[in-house]
Amino acid sequence: MRGERAGWFFVAPALAVIGVFFFLPVAAAFVLSLTDFDIYALANPRNLRFVGLGNYGALLGNPLFWQALGNTLYFVAIGVPLSIAASLGAALLLDSRLARFKGLFRTALFAPVVTTLVAVAVIWRYLLHARYGLIDYGLHAIGLPAIDWLGDPHWAMPAIILFAVWKNFGYNMIIFVAGLQTIPEDLYEAARIDGASALRRFWHVTLPGLAPVVLLVSLLTVAGYLQLFAEPYVMTQGGPGQSTVSVLYFMYEQGFKWWNLGTASAVAFLLFVLMLAVTLIQLAVARRRGVL
Amino acid sequence: MKGREETRRTALGLVAAAPLAACAGQRGPNAPLRFWAMGREGEVVQRLIPAFEAANPGLRVEVQQLPWSAAHAKLLTAFAGGDLPDLCQVGNTWLPEFAALGALEPLDARVAASAIVRPADGFEGVWRTNTVDGVLCGVPWYVDTRLLFYRRDLLEKAGHGAAPATWAQWLDAMEAVKSLVGKGAWAALLPLNEPEPLLTLALQQSDPLLRDGGGRGNFQSAGFKRALGFYGDIFRRGLAPPSSSTEIGNLYDEFDRGAFCFYVTGPWNLGEFRRRLPAARQDIWMTAPMPGPDGPGAGIAGGASLVVFQGGGRADPAWRLIEHLATFQAQSRFCALTGDLPARRDVWRGAPLASDLEAAAFRDQLTRVRPTPQVPEWERITLEMQLVAEQMVRGGLPVDAATQEMDRRADGLLEKRRWMLAREGKSAT
Repeated sequence: MRGERAGWFFVAPALAVIGVFFFLPVAAAFVLSLTDFDIYALANPRNLRFVGLGNYGALLGNPLFWQALGNTLYFVAIGVPLSIAASLGAALLLDSRLARFKGLFRTALFAPVVTTLVAVAVIWRYLLHARYGLIDYGLHAIGLPAIDWLGDPHWAMPAIILFAVWKNFGYNMIIFVAGLQTIPEDLYEAARIDGASALRRFWHVTLPGLAPVVLLVSLLTVAGYLQLFAEPYVMTQGGPGQSTVSVLYFMYEQGFKWWNLGTASAVAFLLFVLMLAVTLIQLAVARRRGVL
Repeated sequence: MKGREETRRTALGLVAAAPLAACAGQRGPNAPLRFWAMGREGEVVQRLIPAFEAANPGLRVEVQQLPWSAAHAKLLTAFAGGDLPDLCQVGNTWLPEFAALGALEPLDARVAASAIVRPADGFEGVWRTNTVDGVLCGVPWYVDTRLLFYRRDLLEKAGHGAAPATWAQWLDAMEAVKSLVGKGAWAALLPLNEPEPLLTLALQQSDPLLRDGGGRGNFQSAGFKRALGFYGDIFRRGLAPPSSSTEIGNLYDEFDRGAFCFYVTGPWNLGEFRRRLPAARQDIWMTAPMPGPDGPGAGIAGGASLVVFQGGGRADPAWRLIEHLATFQAQSRFCALTGDLPARRDVWRGAPLASDLEAAAFRDQLTRVRPTPQVPEWERITLEMQLVAEQMVRGGLPVDAATQEMDRRADGLLEKRRWMLAREGKSAT
């Protein structure tokens, strides 16, 4: 009994901090999402009304919210597999026994992760520029037509995906490199003695060995990519034609452009529910495959 | 990708900070005057400050330059955090919002007593945008309206010597230009993501855009339907491309190439057309006031104003700075440096504006400008109006159905305002 009390005593400071700086704001945001807090309420609290689930209902009837959701899912559906493939590919190259200067390459490939997003976004805007951009220059050189990456509603999201994958793949790559090093070498040797080709060794030894890591990486990446915000904020401001408005960008506009904090909080909770649902589905799939 | 919790926490922190606003604003009498200005104006105005500081010993001015794209959010955040500057440049369509927040110092008495700031020297429509609910809360700094930029040579070749003054003439001229340039080119460019052309046509009507004291949309009025019908007609006849501005590569190159003859835009393009078109091609373009239903029509009263924020206790020195910036000399210098159009009419009568042929249309139209409805929700209503207009043009929505949808969306956005108006009505009786 005394031991229990001592335990509570020791975790109390941490719990208090988490309570004040996490649970309290989250609870307050939930209450806020049940009100119509806007600039009128900011001017005078008397103008605040309790609207129950009205904000949630209005959001589900708002075509722009659905478009934002569609854009975000597009970003996740293309961006996450691309990002995982890029990081796994890079990790395999780094792990290969043929690779030289491993430290140098590891650092170089990890570098985009630690760069400032806004600064590199500016550089990418130069690269993607329709007239003077290096990427279109390259396309032109191999005989392809130039693309107005950030000005064309069909190409803006692919451009954002490209940028986000480049910016983020290094992080997962490091996790994969660590995962690869835990696969015992004798499994590969046994496979080789059995006459398995490199492709089959990857499929039957590397991938099963990496399964828990792949699950972890996909959970983290999906959760992160669903929160797409800074890339469109810096590169396109949601345009052209609202083609890069993500759910979080929509929330930002509602909250800080129009100051509808009630609606913005409701968006945050809807996104939370979505992320929870997606994560549970991923876990269920992993469990069925026997990874967990 | 910003953490969701982080964003949410920021929002709550701001809300929690609001009650502290009253105490945070008070600062010592020797603290510098804080002045926020946007974009190029914020850069240029710093050159006008030394003269003010020399004339007011002991008073220092700290100019903070904000980018236009972030200015609005930053001001609202500053209001919530009780950290507004002493005076600020604001777009005059933002005034109703800050007036609703009760953040603006009333300026009626100061303007009435001022020998420098005199509404009679300015443009009446622009001054009206600065009066919200009968209270003057800003002083026009520079002005803006949207009108026609056109290809003079193409119009002449199409058999129209003078710029069109009425809708009927404009339609005739566009038809003539279209048959001259043929397929692959257009008579006019009205990007579907820009609400200003339609808004200008709508302001030319006698029907107000909102009714019931700004509580409901009035898009189903005969006047607005006329404006929307005319707007839609331009596209239906194939005179303008149904595209948004992002689908147009380089506007100036396209204009030079003759891809379109008429373009509705604002004063910053005076400088851009001069810079971007080759020197030998400078005589191909001209400006004209917006054609109206019958004779030169009204335009949008745009521009930016200087306001004093309440609660800082520095209203007197802030007002002296506004007066300093409103003098003939300061206005002339400021507008020469920025290319903005001056709010004082006597500056227009002096060099270089008096002999500026392309700017003359702006001076003419500025005498007929009208404010947009002065409710904080107006900017969002404009966006919805244009989205529905775009659906009409692209998807063939009939005018009646489009105006009904605009009213439905406007009424939705104004629901809170109606509730507040009804409550005020009840407490008044």
